[in-house]
Amino acid sequence: MYQAIVFLPLLGCIVAGLIALAGARGRHPGGSPHAGPDDHAHGPTPESRPHGAPSLSGHAATIHPSHAEPAAPEPPAVGSREAELVTTALLFASMALSWIAFFYVGFGHHETRVPLLTWISSGNLHIDWALRVDTLTAVMLVVVTTVSALVHLYSIGYMDDDPHRPRFFAYLSLFTFFMLMLVTADNLAQLFFGWEGVGLMSYLLIGFWYQKPEANAAAIKAFLVNRVGDFGFALGIFAVFMMVGSIDFETVFAQAPALSGKTIHFLGHDVDALTLICLLLFMGAMGKSAQFLLHTWLPDAMEGPTPVSALIHAATMVTAGVFMVARLSPLFEAAPTAAAFVTFVGATTAFFAATVGLVQNDIKRVVAYSTCSQLGYMFVAMGVGAYSVGMYHLFTHAFFKALLFLGSGSVIRAMHHEQDMRLMGGLKDKIPLTYWTMVIGTLALTGFPLTAGYYSKDAIIEAAYVGKNPMALYGFILTVVAAALTAFYSWRLIFKTFHGEPHDRHHYEAAHESPLVMLIPLIVLAAGCVLAGRPVYEFFAGHEAGEFFRESLKMAPTILEDMHHIPLLVAQLPTVMMLIGFAVAYQYYIRRPDLPEELARNQELLYRFLLNKWYFDEIYDALIVNPTKRLGYILWKWGDGWVIDGFGPDGVSARVLDVTRSVVRLQTGYLYHYAFAMLIGVAALITWFMFAGAH
Amino acid sequence: MTIGLGHYLAVAAILFTLGILGIFLNRKNVIIIMMSIELILLAVNINLVAFSTFLGDLVGQVFALLVLTVAAAEAAIGLAILVVYFRNRGSIAVEDINLMKG
Repeated sequence: MYQAIVFLPLLGCIVAGLIALAGARGRHPGGSPHAGPDDHAHGPTPESRPHGAPSLSGHAATIHPSHAEPAAPEPPAVGSREAELVTTALLFASMALSWIAFFYVGFGHHETRVPLLTWISSGNLHIDWALRVDTLTAVMLVVVTTVSALVHLYSIGYMDDDPHRPRFFAYLSLFTFFMLMLVTADNLAQLFFGWEGVGLMSYLLIGFWYQKPEANAAAIKAFLVNRVGDFGFALGIFAVFMMVGSIDFETVFAQAPALSGKTIHFLGHDVDALTLICLLLFMGAMGKSAQFLLHTWLPDAMEGPTPVSALIHAATMVTAGVFMVARLSPLFEAAPTAAAFVTFVGATTAFFAATVGLVQNDIKRVVAYSTCSQLGYMFVAMGVGAYSVGMYHLFTHAFFKALLFLGSGSVIRAMHHEQDMRLMGGLKDKIPLTYWTMVIGTLALTGFPLTAGYYSKDAIIEAAYVGKNPMALYGFILTVVAAALTAFYSWRLIFKTFHGEPHDRHHYEAAHESPLVMLIPLIVLAAGCVLAGRPVYEFFAGHEAGEFFRESLKMAPTILEDMHHIPLLVAQLPTVMMLIGFAVAYQYYIRRPDLPEELARNQELLYRFLLNKWYFDEIYDALIVNPTKRLGYILWKWGDGWVIDGFGPDGVSARVLDVTRSVVRLQTGYLYHYAFAMLIGVAALITWFMFAGAH
Repeated sequence: MTIGLGHYLAVAAILFTLGILGIFLNRKNVIIIMMSIELILLAVNINLVAFSTFLGDLVGQVFALLVLTVAAAEAAIGLAILVVYFRNRGSIAVEDINLMKG
């Protein structure tokens, strides 16, 4: 069963990939893709175009209209429908099996380890390819396959005017496979494999519309920023192997207590081994989960198609860092300094991203910063040792954040690919179903009582309050403040998009509700936003948690118990903050829509600071990107152009050419020149014989 | 003044030098080159005959006759090539004959 869960998406990817390849051959029989702008066709695609006989019509259609009439949409790839159906069906099968596995493992207590094959055996290093399925994995399986299946379904509607659907669905399925590989990892190498795989798919999917330069830039940025984190992650794995001699989870966890007190010589200092290992591994998590300092790629990743944002950059891939920390909880529990750092980074991110989210105008960017912020919440919980609580927020967050993204996608589609909230407004009656599902998602995100977010976010704030590590109070204060900010920017999004006066008459009139295939995922996720609350609370953050997660998480000793004995005021604080945020948003965007602009004028400096995301991109440009570019330019012009081309292979060949060129000039072709040369030669020979050769 | 071996050799050397210069200084005509070659051969012949007479050895004169024969054959072949060349390229100017140019 577990093999099926993991490998069904891979199968779907292969099928869709083959269809995409065949389609590409059909379009460009010569093998050279045409370079014209593809203009990822916003207009409706003529359904009447025959799906068979691609080579002639497809080829002709792609070459001629591209420059003549850019409005003409490229015909969809052959077999788009088949690719969609196959991948989606396989994903739903995988999802059904995941839910079975969830109940089987989580409630039936059937942890298991499915060995597949021996992967690497070299010296002391033995790595098996195995699927490790415990409750932690089961939770992730459910999250990943459910969101992925719904996003597949949603994409059928959302992408229906895109000519490259088989490629898109192949990517989506392959991403899901890598993500499943990541969560079922049995050792660090396998985790790293999945980790890099999802990074690659993130790159490919952000750059899916490769005709857009911004999309390409965003894809490269995401990949590079993740490289920074992955560098730390890889170092962490090496350090683990150095200290333990194995990277198998079981062995490493068993050895973790024995490691405390040992030191590693690193960068000229002797540092505590466990702390260093955890910090290095956490660096990877920071990159993947877009935490403070390595967060810059996530907002830019919104250049990708919206379903991708929902699946990868909200619900699953970015939570990989959180999952990794939870998986390695035995290590982090033994390294309190590293855990405090986790809390610190998480709290900082939660606050920072929320402040930036306040002023963004692109609907997807608001949700992206919200994701960043919520990931910070999860890390706060991880840092104080409440791993199950962090996982709980991951679980609920997947539902409401995917819902918000898919809802935004529905809005964007209704507005004909307009993403600027300033041009929206009053859409409430035009797209009522999207409106109501997004309201549910917003309620859950802001922690409205009885929704999923209420339970998980409150649990995190409570855990931060009772947490023992030195950063817990910092985490508590910042998460409480961020709760108010969250409420404000979330309701701001709703109010600006759905309420008030429409700002763009033309788009407003044309707005239309999305097709059923896009609405079903919204409704399912909206249901999840409620059902993931009270019904499962006990298993993640209540008395059942220990029994539910058992060995898969190593919690701080009494944290769950302490959480239930905190002052009533503290317990109600997040709700109060949420109401404040809502009230302010209501005041600013419903009752007095003129206030925000006035405030922005009065607080010009602060507004600019937030609008430019604390100037992180500019700082990184100045500190890292531009010096690197300059270094590259110098190496290019001097190192390569002057030294290597001047004196290296190119230089040698240039000198040889110079010599031959002058030799060639000797060959005039005139008879008398040759005769003269011959005579000189004869004269020289004779002279030599007369004066030297005689003896 | 008696005419000795040195005078013959001097005439031969002058002829030889004229022939060489004829090859190099000539910019007009391939036929002139062939005539210059004849001049060189004749200079050699004069040397042969002169030495033959002064040394009293007839072999030198026989050899001179052989050279004459070869020179005649060479002139015939050379002229034939020239005729064919002119038919093909329409010119026998030395300036134009540079097909071997690198």
